[in-house]
Formats: sequence, structure tokens, C-alpha cells
Amino acid sequence: MNPILVAEGVQKSFGAVTAASGINLSFERESVVSLIGANGAGKTTFLNLVTGYLRPDRGSIRFDGRELSGHSPREITGFGICRSFQIPQLFHSLSVRENLLVAEGIAAAERAEEATDAVLERFGMVQYAAQPAGLLPEGIRKLLDVAMALVAQPKVLLLDEPTSGVAADEKFGIMDLVMGAVRGAGVTVLFVEHDMDIVARYAGRVVAFYDGRVIADGEPAKVLGDAEVRRYVIGEDAHAAA
Amino acid sequence: MSRDRTVPALAVACALLLAAAPLAPQWLVFLLALALAKGLVVLGLVLLMRTGLVSFGQGLYFGLGAYASALLANRAGLADAALMIVAGTACAAAVAAVLGLLLARYREIFFAMLSLAFSMILYGALVKSSALGSTDGFNLHAKAFAGVALAAGSERRLFYAVSVLLVFGVAWLLHRYLASHWGRLSAAIRDNELRVEYLGASVYRVVYLNYVAAGALAGMGGAFAALAVGHVDPETAYWTTSGEFVFIAILGGTGNVLAPFLSAAIFEGLRTVANQYAPNVWQMSLGIAMLAIIMFLPGGLWTLGRRGKAA
Repeated sequence: MNPILVAEGVQKSFGAVTAASGINLSFERESVVSLIGANGAGKTTFLNLVTGYLRPDRGSIRFDGRELSGHSPREITGFGICRSFQIPQLFHSLSVRENLLVAEGIAAAERAEEATDAVLERFGMVQYAAQPAGLLPEGIRKLLDVAMALVAQPKVLLLDEPTSGVAADEKFGIMDLVMGAVRGAGVTVLFVEHDMDIVARYAGRVVAFYDGRVIADGEPAKVLGDAEVRRYVIGEDAHAAA
Repeated sequence: MSRDRTVPALAVACALLLAAAPLAPQWLVFLLALALAKGLVVLGLVLLMRTGLVSFGQGLYFGLGAYASALLANRAGLADAALMIVAGTACAAAVAAVLGLLLARYREIFFAMLSLAFSMILYGALVKSSALGSTDGFNLHAKAFAGVALAAGSERRLFYAVSVLLVFGVAWLLHRYLASHWGRLSAAIRDNELRVEYLGASVYRVVYLNYVAAGALAGMGGAFAALAVGHVDPETAYWTTSGEFVFIAILGGTGNVLAPFLSAAIFEGLRTVANQYAPNVWQMSLGIAMLAIIMFLPGGLWTLGRRGKAA
């Protein structure tokens, strides 16, 4: 089958900083891919380029054969690419339920109320349903952010550090929920992640970024064992975490 | 979870105000009619505030609505109050539909100041135009309502009764709107525009629609006010008038569609009393009231009831 998302020669600079330097990547349908790299390596920039928040200086990004650059985040969401955020982007004065209802309403879901109940149930947020999103614990904020991205039933789901800021013992729980929700739905998942245990457990493929370039790409065991990756990505992470 | 009692409350308030039409003294009918007219403008402002925008220029549409309805009566000879209300609303909506294309791109202070600037352009034009009575404005007189000729003397009460019905109809519609997906979406835009776009909705479109609706409501309020007062002047578009609407909105709060009317009635009542007993310090007392609201009741008077329940 042809890949669902293809980036070719994607280039993006901010002044003297090159955030994406000739990125070539293609993603198979229904694959689960982790994007790793130190801070500033270009992972989030890549997500921003795919979702139209940034426009590449050169190169193309195609989704199901359709060129994405030049389209707005709203249009790209409409094509079937949804994302969650490193810092949860919620409607802080609305309740958890209302946050989901907004998403359901925009996705023009039928029976939005029932669908919202199902999401609350699935993500274990029933007890928080009436709470304003601004007052939620960080782990639940993260979960809600991801749940909102899933409402439109995307074909490609981009998760920007889905487990950052979440207590260590809750990280696997969040990922299990997300993977459970997309399983069998034909969704391609790209997730940016710093926790190598999460990467090893959930990704079928790992792409390592360094300095705006892809330095390794392949099966998790291979990429995580790569000398360059160990030095530039994992080493940096261990250093940053220390 | 507390049940929403807005619809029964609207019905009760509507019935009470209608009952006042034949019974209340003339001064009270006038005061209430003016409060209803201003409440309509503030209702539109509340819609904008729910979307996260404050307009300091609703006087533009209030003035347009007032002048359009008055001109229809005086110059076009169509002195039918129903037509005048339609004309005032339509004229304001049409101008809002054009200006909204630009204003829907702006936020915060830029939105507030641009809307103020447009209202002051209208004010300047009205002041300069001697054909429209310049700073004095002109009088108007409706001779019929929806084809039925009006007996002199009773028309004020009739306009008032019609205003009550129309205003509560509009308030009910807005209540439905705010409780619908679009109302939630407006609040979502106030909280986080980026996320709204990333969920696939157009922020611009919602802001534009709400802006036009607010303009139409202000125009309708302007027409009602012109009919109630029987006179229009450039003051309707002046920035202090716009500021008054913002004041009433903050006084009442944005929590409920009834709040603007309650707040407008209190405001007009205060003004009437103060004009009589304390003409020199009435603006000062308003200022103090505003300070107290902002410090102790940031959600407006409407939250008084809720506080009582929570305690």
C-alpha cells in the first residue's frame, strides 16, 4: 500500500537556525512511529510543518497524495490529520464534558452527547466531567488534550510528547488508553517522546532527529542501539534529566 | 447539577412586564422601555464578551438603528413602528456585515479601539450634517404599528408592550444560541483560538457571525429607543453611549441573557433617581458602583444569586 504521509526535502529555517534540513520521511498506513531527539532537534517543528502551523521554505509534504503546505491547520484537520499538544491546549473555563462537546460539535458528530459519554468512560474521566479544564491535574489535562484530538476520528494522529509532565507511574496508562482507542481504527500515529521506555514499548518504528536532520530511522531496537542516537539523543536526554 | 431555570424566568419576567403596560405610571413605562432597548444592545455585547471581545463602539449600531428608523418615518413617510424596527435592525446588520469583515480579524484593545473609531466616524458625520439636525437631531413620530393606526396618547404603552414581547423573544433565541454548539464554540474561542482551529473550526467565521448579530441587536435597540424617546440625536453614537453599554454589561455580567435587562433597568432607575436628587454626583456614584462590582462581584450582579446558593 502507498504511504499515507510523505515528506520530501522539507526545509525550514528560523533566521540562522535550521529546524528542518532536507527531511525525507514517509509513513505507512496504520503504523505507530515515534519521533525522538533532544530539545531543539526539530521534532515539534516537523509536527508544525505537517499541520500547517509552519510553512516549509522548500520541499513538500503530501497526505494521501494531497499537498499540505499552503493549507491552514484548520483545513489540514479537515483532511484527517489531528494533533495533541506538548502543553495541553484546552478551553480552561469550560468543563471537561464541554471541552469534548466542542470537539464533537466541530467534528459534526451525530449524538454528540452519547459520544462524549463514551469518551469520558473510555479515558476514565467520568469523575472529572463537570470540572473546569483549568482546574484539572496535569495528567488529566494531558489525557483530555489527547482525547479531543481523537474525537474527529483522524487518519493520522500526531501526539507531541503525550506523557511529558505526567507522573512516571501514569505514563504507560495514558499510552495504553491512546493505543487502545486507535487500535483497529486504521489510524497512523506519530508521537514525539523523550521517554525511551515508552518509545520501545509502543513504537513500531523510530525516527531520530538531530539538528533538523533525521540521523536514524528504523525498528526501535536498531535505532535505540545506534551509536549516533545514543550519543546525540539518549545521552543528551540522560544529561538533561540528571 | 443545578437545573437551568432561564426559560421559566424569562416567561415570568415577560408576563410581569406585560402586566405593567396598562397599569404602570407613564414615567415607569418610559424607563422600562428605555431599559429594554438598552438591554438589547447589551445582549449583543454579552454575545461578543462570551467570544472574548469587548466593543467600545456599539453606539455605532445603536445610532444607526435609531437614525434609520427615524429617517424612515420622517423622510420616507413610512411612520409604521414595525417597519421602523425592521429598518433599524437591517441597517445596523448590513453595516456590521461589512465592518465585521475587517473587525473579525482583530482582538483585545485593537478590536475595542477600532470599533470605537468607527462609531466616532458616525458621530462626526451626524454632528456635521445639518440636514439631520446636526447636534440637535430631530423628532419622530410613529403613526401606525404593522398597518394599524395608533391612537394618540396610547402609543407609548403599545410600543412598550411590543418591545417586551420582541425583546423576550430575542432573549430566548439568544439563550438557545448560547446553549447550543455555537455558544459553546464562542466560549471556546475566548479560551483558546489555536485549539479551535486545530479542531477544524473557523474562528473568524464565528467571530464574524457574532459580531453581525451583536450589531443587529444594537440596531434593534436603537430603533426601540428612538420610538420610546420620540427623538434621535448624535449622542446615540457617541463614545459615552458605547461606554454606558459596556458599563451595563459589566454591571449585570455575562452569565445569563436576563442579566443585561436587569442591569439596564437598574442603571436607568439609578439615573432617574440620581438626576432628581443628586444631579452633580451621579456619575461619581456610578464610578463607585463599578469599582465595587469589579472588586467584589467580578461576574456581575447576576452572580449574586449563585453566591447565595453556594454559601
